[in-house]
Amino acid sequence: MKHSFLDQYSQGNSLIHRLDPRTKLITTLFFILVVVLTPISRWQAFALYFVLVATLIIISRVPPLYVLRRSLAIIPFVVLIAIFIPFFKEGEVAGSYNIWMWQVTVTYSGLQVFLNILAKAWLSILSLILLTATTRFSHLLKGLEQLRLPRVMVMILSFMYRYIFVLVDEVMRMKQARDSRNLGGGRLRQLRTVGNMIGTLFIRSYERGERVYAAMMARGFDGQARTLEKPSFSQRDALFALTLGLVLILVVVANLWY
Amino acid sequence: MEEIIRVDNLSFGYPDGQPALSGVSLVVHRGETIALIGPNGAGKSTLLLHFNGILHSDGVVRVLGKAVNEKNLKWVRGKVGLVFQNPDDQLFSPTVFDDIAFGPLNMGYDEAQVREVVAKALGWVGMGGYEKRSPHHLSLGEKKRIAIATVLAMNPEVLVIDEPTSNLDPGSKWSLIELLKGLAITKVIASHDLELVQALCPRAIILDRGEVVADGATSQILADERLLAAHGLARNKPAG
Ligand SMILES: Nc1ncnc2c1ncn2[C@@H]1O[C@H](COP(=O)(O)OP(=O)(O)OP(=O)(O)O)[C@@H](O)[C@H]1O
Ligand SMILES: [Mg+2]
Repeated sequence: MKHSFLDQYSQGNSLIHRLDPRTKLITTLFFILVVVLTPISRWQAFALYFVLVATLIIISRVPPLYVLRRSLAIIPFVVLIAIFIPFFKEGEVAGSYNIWMWQVTVTYSGLQVFLNILAKAWLSILSLILLTATTRFSHLLKGLEQLRLPRVMVMILSFMYRYIFVLVDEVMRMKQARDSRNLGGGRLRQLRTVGNMIGTLFIRSYERGERVYAAMMARGFDGQARTLEKPSFSQRDALFALTLGLVLILVVVANLWY
Repeated sequence: MEEIIRVDNLSFGYPDGQPALSGVSLVVHRGETIALIGPNGAGKSTLLLHFNGILHSDGVVRVLGKAVNEKNLKWVRGKVGLVFQNPDDQLFSPTVFDDIAFGPLNMGYDEAQVREVVAKALGWVGMGGYEKRSPHHLSLGEKKRIAIATVLAMNPEVLVIDEPTSNLDPGSKWSLIELLKGLAITKVIASHDLELVQALCPRAIILDRGEVVADGATSQILADERLLAAHGLARNKPAG
């Protein structure tokens, strides 16, 4: 079975694509930090952040609709966490409703907290999607490694990337095998089948782990992970990091001023 | 002729009690291409795992005259290149380059050497230009070739391959056979593909239930229908 790429648009050749993965990692992190630390009352700042990400997305030539769709996938999680805040936060009442037995009130400060979480989460997600859509996963891993992320974590991420599709295939095959032999039966029995499948999957993954480890040992692996270091920090990277950093600092300073 | 691998009376059982090998002895000389054939579960893969110390053998396996033990494992793995049955187990890196570079890096090559040997190994298996691809987006035939390249890059004395042609379509299979034929290196190939054995290996060893039941010229072994049928390598003729 073939799968779409996890890093679908990462083969592009825009300015953003050509940046060193470390530059992108650090600026993304910095951007998220600044966004999260900006108080929601400064809505002008948020407008600026949005314009900034949108511009970068356009420069990167990743289809905006693709970015939007992927970002929306995250919204439900945020909403789930934040939806009740407007009802419980005390303050000036924005509206009051009677639902069956309950008197429900929504406060302005509650709404603000909700918006705060939503806006910050969305902007952060947009920047992360931009990062992953313009960087090959393998380059991202190299970047993380060069930024001194512990080698074990990089390896775990790299195995995840390598084997997620293999695992998905295995699940699909097991599902097909189950469906082709499924002759109905009660809920309980179906539940038990799913339980068995998960157990089998666990054992198979464990055994694959053993075989992969054997394959690593067969090529001289002794627990010490070695890689080729190839720093390729260019002038372009310095310029990009500097510009973005300055813009963000400007926004923060302007915010403090008003 | 120089002995590359010597196995003397090797017996092995997996922890769950099933004996997988009993009293196996064989010698691989330099320049030979040997087929290791036998039905499913005969112990072929288990035997190959002993050749470079993945499974331990208490000194009954010798590589280039030296008994394999804990201390010389790394050296042994540089000499005996083992290609696993399933390329999804063998190729575990995000890119083809990283995968082929893995062995040479472990051998302590420097950057220039690694790049050179990766390019060479890809050339040998006819996959030049694949450095940046991800293994999970390759076809099975391509994966098998890359898996062979990961081992060739370590410049071994002997290439040990488990089921190189299983699940390949006839076209991919024959081009892989041609490729293997062109590699000037000692080879041990485990397979139950008798076409491959005939085309590639002058000598064949039959393994069944963990025992060596035949060892000789391929032409003679493949001509012995009763021998083949008795060990699950040919269609059993109805009695009478
Ligand atoms: N990890 C393991 N744990 C326990 N038993 C195993 C393990 N691997 C193999 N066996 C058993 O050892 C015996 C030999 O298996 P082996 O994989 O070596 O056979 P094979 O000749 O390679 O077969 P195939 O042609 O199917 O690849 C079989 O009975 C098998 O069930
Ligand atoms: Mg096998």
